[in-house]
Amino acid sequence: MSKTTLIVVAVLLILGMYGCNTYNGLVGKDETVNSAWANVQSAYQRRADLIPNLVNTVQGAANFEKGTLTAVIEARSKATGITLKPDQLTPENIQKFQAAQEQLSGTLSRLLVSVEQYPQLKANQNFLDLQAQLEGTENRIKVERDNFNGVVKEYNQSVRTFPASMFAGMFGFQSKGYFEASQAAQTAPTVKF
Amino acid sequence: MRYASLVILLLLGTGLWAQDFPQPMSPPRLLNDYVGMLNPTENATLEQKLRGYADSTSTQITVVVVKSTQPYPAGDYAFELGRRWGVGQKGKNNGIVLLWATDDRKIFIATGRGMEGAIPDVIAKRIIREVISPDFKNQMYYRGLNNGVDEIVKYATGEFKSDGTEGDEDIGLGVLIFIIILIVIIIIIFSNINRGGGGRRRSYHDGGGWIPYTTYSGWGSSSGSWGDSGNSGGGGFDFGGFGGGDFGGGGAGGDY
Repeated sequence: MSKTTLIVVAVLLILGMYGCNTYNGLVGKDETVNSAWANVQSAYQRRADLIPNLVNTVQGAANFEKGTLTAVIEARSKATGITLKPDQLTPENIQKFQAAQEQLSGTLSRLLVSVEQYPQLKANQNFLDLQAQLEGTENRIKVERDNFNGVVKEYNQSVRTFPASMFAGMFGFQSKGYFEASQAAQTAPTVKF
Repeated sequence: MRYASLVILLLLGTGLWAQDFPQPMSPPRLLNDYVGMLNPTENATLEQKLRGYADSTSTQITVVVVKSTQPYPAGDYAFELGRRWGVGQKGKNNGIVLLWATDDRKIFIATGRGMEGAIPDVIAKRIIREVISPDFKNQMYYRGLNNGVDEIVKYATGEFKSDGTEGDEDIGLGVLIFIIILIVIIIIIFSNINRGGGGRRRSYHDGGGWIPYTTYSGWGSSSGSWGDSGNSGGGGFDFGGFGGGDFGGGGAGGDY
């Protein structure tokens, strides 16, 4: 009788230790995902911050199409309306976030294309600088998104692999969403001279 | 199942990078001209300039000339190259990649995470548009690169200070002290063993003669290597390789 209790205690102890280990590992990975997510959001925020400047500069050009500008402004306010806290990174939320940002990317690229018809804008130093900044921001977004996908992949793998998945479920670690490569993202604002 | 396919896609995505990136030249250089656009004199001059700058500021500016970055955009290629090679110091992330794709006729300046403040994208773009591109259009490639590097240096100066040489000396001293301690310990152990041996007088004497000799040679060889590194600083700068810097997408590109 006492022998069986001993065995049970030993098994429980081992399981407990393993559980602690798994838990700590998951917490570490979760934190990595959180900080990667923060970087993603700040990269997108950076773009959103540039847009008012861009709109103002473009507005200065004579009779610039109002429709394009309003579309950008609207898409921007929609995109900045969606912010996700680190514990809301479900696949559905990420998809929503991405959709809103892509909407903005689309209107922005349309804006930059229509600028082609305004030579005085293309020669405007202020506009050229904004273009460079916008381009750099798109690059940063891409880098941070790739990085985020990388760390989420690692996290999801540990959450979903047996036997860690047992403990992950117990402690409430859920798999998180990825950014998916999309056609729209690949044609995001390209800057031509 | 949807995730599983996503994971596979991601894996494929990362795998795609694998092939097209050149290894840094060996011995390590800051000017990596894989196409041979510069003649040997230009090559050596620019390399010396880059090394001198890296030596005095720890900021690593590397100039990379490739035929093409296809199928990647020049920027993505430059960031990935910078990350893979680890241009810049770890922690400072003060690396800059000046990439020139000859067939694509594209130039890209990628700034490490630590250099984004000193050389914002706007400045990088301006350097390309106003300094490098005009010379490249006239096929004065060396002049373009050289002036471009000068301009980068102008903006980057003051951002980081070198602590490389001091660090080297510290390590040298530490190793020296360690060796001395080790020798002392060995001496103690040996003399103890010999004393334990008791009757073997002669071997004790041999040991005594052997001890000062080792200490001496240890000193000699260490100070010799010190002298070497000091000398090479005068004639031409040494470059020990890239330091593990990271790139976060800063920089700008253009064509000519």
